Amino acid sequence: MRDQTAIVGIGTTEFAKQIDRSERRLALEAIQGALVDAGIEPSEVDGLSCYSMESTEEIDIARNLGLGDLTWFSKVAYGGGAGCGVVGQAALAVASGQCSVAIAWRSRKRGGRGTRPWAGVSQRVQGDQQRWTRPYGMLRPVDEIAMLTTRYQHEFGATREHLANVALAARRHANANPAAVMFDRPMTREDYMSARWVSEPLCLFDNCLETDGACAVVITSAERARDLRQPAALIHSWAQSLPQQHQTMTNFFCDDPLRGPSWSCAEKLWSLAEVKPDEVAVAQLYDAFSPLVLLSLEGYGFCERGEAGPFTQDGGIEIGGRLPVNTSGGGMSEAYLHGFNLIVEAVRQVRGTSSNQVPDAEFSLVTSGDGVPTGALLLRSDR
Amino acid sequence: MIEGLLLPGMDEDSEPFFGFTAVQELRVQCCSDCSAARMPPRPMCPHCGSLESIWELLSGSGTIWSYCVPHGPLLPAYSALAPYNLIIVEIPEYPAIRFCGNLVASPNGEINELDPAGIRIGESVQVVFPEAVEGVVLPRWQRLEDGES
Repeated sequence: MRDQTAIVGIGTTEFAKQIDRSERRLALEAIQGALVDAGIEPSEVDGLSCYSMESTEEIDIARNLGLGDLTWFSKVAYGGGAGCGVVGQAALAVASGQCSVAIAWRSRKRGGRGTRPWAGVSQRVQGDQQRWTRPYGMLRPVDEIAMLTTRYQHEFGATREHLANVALAARRHANANPAAVMFDRPMTREDYMSARWVSEPLCLFDNCLETDGACAVVITSAERARDLRQPAALIHSWAQSLPQQHQTMTNFFCDDPLRGPSWSCAEKLWSLAEVKPDEVAVAQLYDAFSPLVLLSLEGYGFCERGEAGPFTQDGGIEIGGRLPVNTSGGGMSEAYLHGFNLIVEAVRQVRGTSSNQVPDAEFSLVTSGDGVPTGALLLRSDR
Repeated sequence: MIEGLLLPGMDEDSEPFFGFTAVQELRVQCCSDCSAARMPPRPMCPHCGSLESIWELLSGSGTIWSYCVPHGPLLPAYSALAPYNLIIVEIPEYPAIRFCGNLVASPNGEINELDPAGIRIGESVQVVFPEAVEGVVLPRWQRLEDGES
């Protein structure tokens, strides 16, 4: 299905720490925006794709927006690992003829206290993802990633300077993006180094934001895309990955916990692509936590294993560097919507409309989370 | 919000493990047919598909594979102890079998007693069996020299 489908519309709400409108309403606003951007009528939509964590049902989306007869709808699991699979599966449905115009979206509110991770915790921890770790005090995703980070630092010599490079690149990009939550909040290396710990070796600025907002994209055939108003972002290749013996987030029970799902996802992604990592101009790498960017740089083949720390040195992942990463500010400084804003930014880069535009970006990569069953999309400009 | 410490949910897969820790034994689930060890415990052997398993007694020694130090915000019972240490321990018998736990200074010591700055990957540790609440023993770990002294 290489280059046979395209993202032809993007839509977002504003991003903020707290928005008073419902997740349902935010989803509708973002989807409506994406359809207007594409120049496609709601009645033409016949496919829907979303995260399994999405709170608004397909029927609600369809009845509000006045969608047509849906002939395909699906959900992808694993939170921050889902986004690229949500879009990729919609593209697959279009390519296979199950639908002709599909929408993929994510709407999420984290501003309210009731939506915090604690809200759903019960005294007796069920399920193998958490019951072997949480009782000891490994309560939060940040603790799970902190554990991997210490080991990563031990094996490969990565330092806090390298983690800071990730956080600072995201912040500098956000400072040029008026839509970013951290647009008017510059950050220095000293700010990073003096920030409070959340879970050593990770500090406050190694963590993503908590954001309210929504994003949506419209997917249709490449053929149709050429008649629409926006430059097409062709879906050149895409992949999902749930590697053998992987345990989501608490991946301590396999031979090589530092070799996350990015590795097998990348293997599939590049096997389906005409290009190699060195031909990719810009990447949006899922960044719930800064070390995930390092692990993804290695997993997707932008550097050798253990070399991601040095790769970030001297502006390596900033505009003008070896590989500009998270050019909208990413989850750490634009908005954290389980990575869907990264997908929107990847589209902007091939359209040439990013606020941190990489010149002549033909191939634009976006990934979902390492550390969980994941996915990736390689977009291509239709020039 | 939950006030107390969290406890592992019990079912047919997890109960045997904590049944053994309650009598001060650290055991790992192994396939009855091909002998492969697996953690967390679960119904089927991923190597041979067998549904039969036994529980092998371990020596209780291990080495620290990694660690981290949570600070707040946390659930209240854990906030009260923060910062505390978390460790992942590797065991000599089965290289890919690891256990999450805490490093403590004595079998019933608190998880925040030791200075986390002193923790090193590769340190030798020995399992201890403190009761978390009545009837539930969460295995934790003590430095080998602390246990011997």
